[in-house]
Amino acid sequence: MINFDTKRYARRKFINALTLTLSVLTVAFALMFLIWILWTLFSQGLSHLSLGVFTKMTPPPGSDGGLLNAIVGSLYMVVFATLIGTPVGILAGTYLAEYGKSGWLAPTTRFVNDILLSAPSIVIGLFVYEVAVHTVGHFSGWAGSFALSLLVIPVVVRTTENMMTLVPSTLREAASALGAPYWKVIVNVVYKSARTGILTGLLLAVARISGETAPLLFTALNNQFWSTDLGKPIASLAVVIFQFAMSPYEDWQHLAWAGALLITLFVLGLNILARTLFRQNQSQH
Amino acid sequence: MSTQTLQSKISTKNLNFYYGKFHALKNINIEIPANTVTAFIGPSGCGKSTLLRTFNRMYELYPKQRVEGEILLDGKNIHSSDQDLNLLRAKVGMVFQKPTPFPMSIYDNVAFGVKLYEKLSKSEMNDRVEWALQKAAIWNEVKDKLHQSGSGLSGGQQQRLCIARGVAVKPNVLLLDEPCSALDPISTSRIEELITELKADYSIVMVTHNMQQAARVSDYTAYMYLGELIEFDDTNTIFTRPNRKETEDYITGKFG
Amino acid sequence: MSTASQTTNMGAKLDKLFRNTTMVFAFLVFVLLFGIIATLFIGSLPALKAFGPAFFTSAEWNPVTIDFGGLVPIYGTFVTALIAMLIGVPVSFGIAIFITELSPNWLKRPIGVAIELLAGIPSIIYGMWGLFVFAPLFADHVQPWINDNLGELPVVGVVFQGPPMGIGMLTAGFILAIMVIPFTASVMRDVFEIVPNMLKESAYGLGSTTWEVVWNVVLPYTKTGVIGGIMLGLGRALGETMAVTFVIGNAHELSSSLMMPGNTISSALANEFTEAVGDVYSSSLITLGLTLFVITFIVLSLAKLLLIRLSMREGKQS
Repeated sequence: MINFDTKRYARRKFINALTLTLSVLTVAFALMFLIWILWTLFSQGLSHLSLGVFTKMTPPPGSDGGLLNAIVGSLYMVVFATLIGTPVGILAGTYLAEYGKSGWLAPTTRFVNDILLSAPSIVIGLFVYEVAVHTVGHFSGWAGSFALSLLVIPVVVRTTENMMTLVPSTLREAASALGAPYWKVIVNVVYKSARTGILTGLLLAVARISGETAPLLFTALNNQFWSTDLGKPIASLAVVIFQFAMSPYEDWQHLAWAGALLITLFVLGLNILARTLFRQNQSQH
Repeated sequence: MSTQTLQSKISTKNLNFYYGKFHALKNINIEIPANTVTAFIGPSGCGKSTLLRTFNRMYELYPKQRVEGEILLDGKNIHSSDQDLNLLRAKVGMVFQKPTPFPMSIYDNVAFGVKLYEKLSKSEMNDRVEWALQKAAIWNEVKDKLHQSGSGLSGGQQQRLCIARGVAVKPNVLLLDEPCSALDPISTSRIEELITELKADYSIVMVTHNMQQAARVSDYTAYMYLGELIEFDDTNTIFTRPNRKETEDYITGKFG
Repeated sequence: MSTASQTTNMGAKLDKLFRNTTMVFAFLVFVLLFGIIATLFIGSLPALKAFGPAFFTSAEWNPVTIDFGGLVPIYGTFVTALIAMLIGVPVSFGIAIFITELSPNWLKRPIGVAIELLAGIPSIIYGMWGLFVFAPLFADHVQPWINDNLGELPVVGVVFQGPPMGIGMLTAGFILAIMVIPFTASVMRDVFEIVPNMLKESAYGLGSTTWEVVWNVVLPYTKTGVIGGIMLGLGRALGETMAVTFVIGNAHELSSSLMMPGNTISSALANEFTEAVGDVYSSSLITLGLTLFVITFIVLSLAKLLLIRLSMREGKQS
């Protein structure tokens, strides 16, 4: 080879070694913070986790208490949000997957849905305040559920559409060839095929809303006492954690850590469940 | 085996290759002569591309692939610890089955390899780019659009661009892995002409699944089957009076 | 025969019903976006009437004199997001390169899982960790260093001067960066994995080093997707609430230093909305909310358009 420049080559090798080392360092950086955060969460959360957390109500500062009303309130709202959001999401996703081949509605809805998926959840909460709290003059668990359902819908729409599109068209054609009307093809064949995928999407949506605080701040507000009345303000784990952690009271902060651990375990557990289900499903096909 | 050239450009000694547990190349001993075109032929899966890719240690990008045995370039072991891998690859050029223009202008594509290793002035680089594109018989078609993207060319033109790119760094050896398989017959014949011209300056090893192409273009041919080198001889002998029955069966189309 | 035609008639009707039902719900989703914008706009009217466009340039925030301006939270939103991207994008890039080019096969999955774990941790945990663990350490060990060394630089020094309180815009930006990293890293990784092996081998074949292959081939090939991914991350950083609220300091003061506390739109809303008394106060906050929504809408739309262009190009080439 003519004109071989050894200095240049040495420099190139150096730059290569440098950038690749930096790349390894970035991975170490991210892992360090992951471990640090999880370690803090577990050590603080476990040390303040006790049976009382699950049996007593949220206390005023300085007294002994637990998180029972918050846990129950969260469960109620998550369940209702899922009940409201899932059918809407599945049906809208069905339209996008099965009927949206022509016309403007499908591409536009898809676009809008993706925007909603990443929209700031606090603004969603603000919207629901205007529509469901301000109008009736008081906060309520229903408003909170509604806000959470608005976060469920985009996730379910996206996964439903993706999973249904994956079902091969030959399957649909086989059902139609037997004389089944199209709606039956969808309900009996496509839904059945895509059901694991849709379920995975559902689990991910639930995981997402379980960790959300912002949309509940001005909809469900909070409630220091035991209540299962969704027509009134209701406690939620996320909002209680927010209130307690930001306060100057130590016992409140301890409860906040315990609650934080509970939420994280629930959310991560759902995530793991969803991924295992999905992987099982993939390997079967 | 009748190799008449004095020095082998590339030679292998007891070369074995493994994809994980799969024994893909079995005890290959081959001597590739300099300044000739050598073709590797054989049915799918016989190992011809695998063998080609050992010559520039391209397989090392993939952890499950490994080599046992020796490969010598100009008499020197390419695996020896004082052989720098990048330098080896700069000396041994490779063109692939599908055209692979980089996402940059035609000029930058050709200059890419040169810039890595040589310090040339702007005018020297311009000359080198023009020379390479002339060698690849594509200069007249692209000289007015050197700064347009390489992906705007037709398939045949893109492949000639890749050849220009490989030639620009003035390697000793050119490895061509089924270079015409993605091209139409007209582009194919242009590239075949090109290969015949290039052998004056380079040692060319070409993998092809097209026997007629091997017969047209190459000086020496190696017939491989199931990872073994069945026969290696000058092309004329292989196609008219092969020594082994397996070769004859393949050439005459009894299987493959 | 009449029963058969009756059933087909029934079938056709049900088909139409089903189709229309799904269409209604799709339309609902579509309409939701406009509903949000419209509702927020109506809610902003009192403030917009009271202050006009000057709302966006005023740094006043006085519930007593009822004088509100959005400059401080808007500034804080942009600055914290910018810090988050400045730190987060290079780190994500490094992680994506590691996973696709450097990592041995057995390591790829565990690292991918670790990234997903980071992404799955609820943002309130980041906020709490930031406030209780990171901020004190930052105040004791890092900020004095920054103040002494970077604070003395000419011109830019003023950005780094300030009492070591731990909380503030720099801290908030840093916590945001850690939140953004898992998301942008996985988008970048997904995009890098699409690059055809043959293209990379062509560059290696000419004697390129791994870095040169990444910089000259992988990045240009994926640049649309990478930018799309970055903008998606930016959209999330702009709208993030809980991680920021804990450490931003909730101060309605515009200061040039990153070490000082400030505010973002989302943390102002989180901290003050339920206590806001009076129409103009609430409406000012709603105006801020609308502003945030519009900003993220623009960023996310751009990101989507870029990603659509990438997938169109993919389709063309394959």
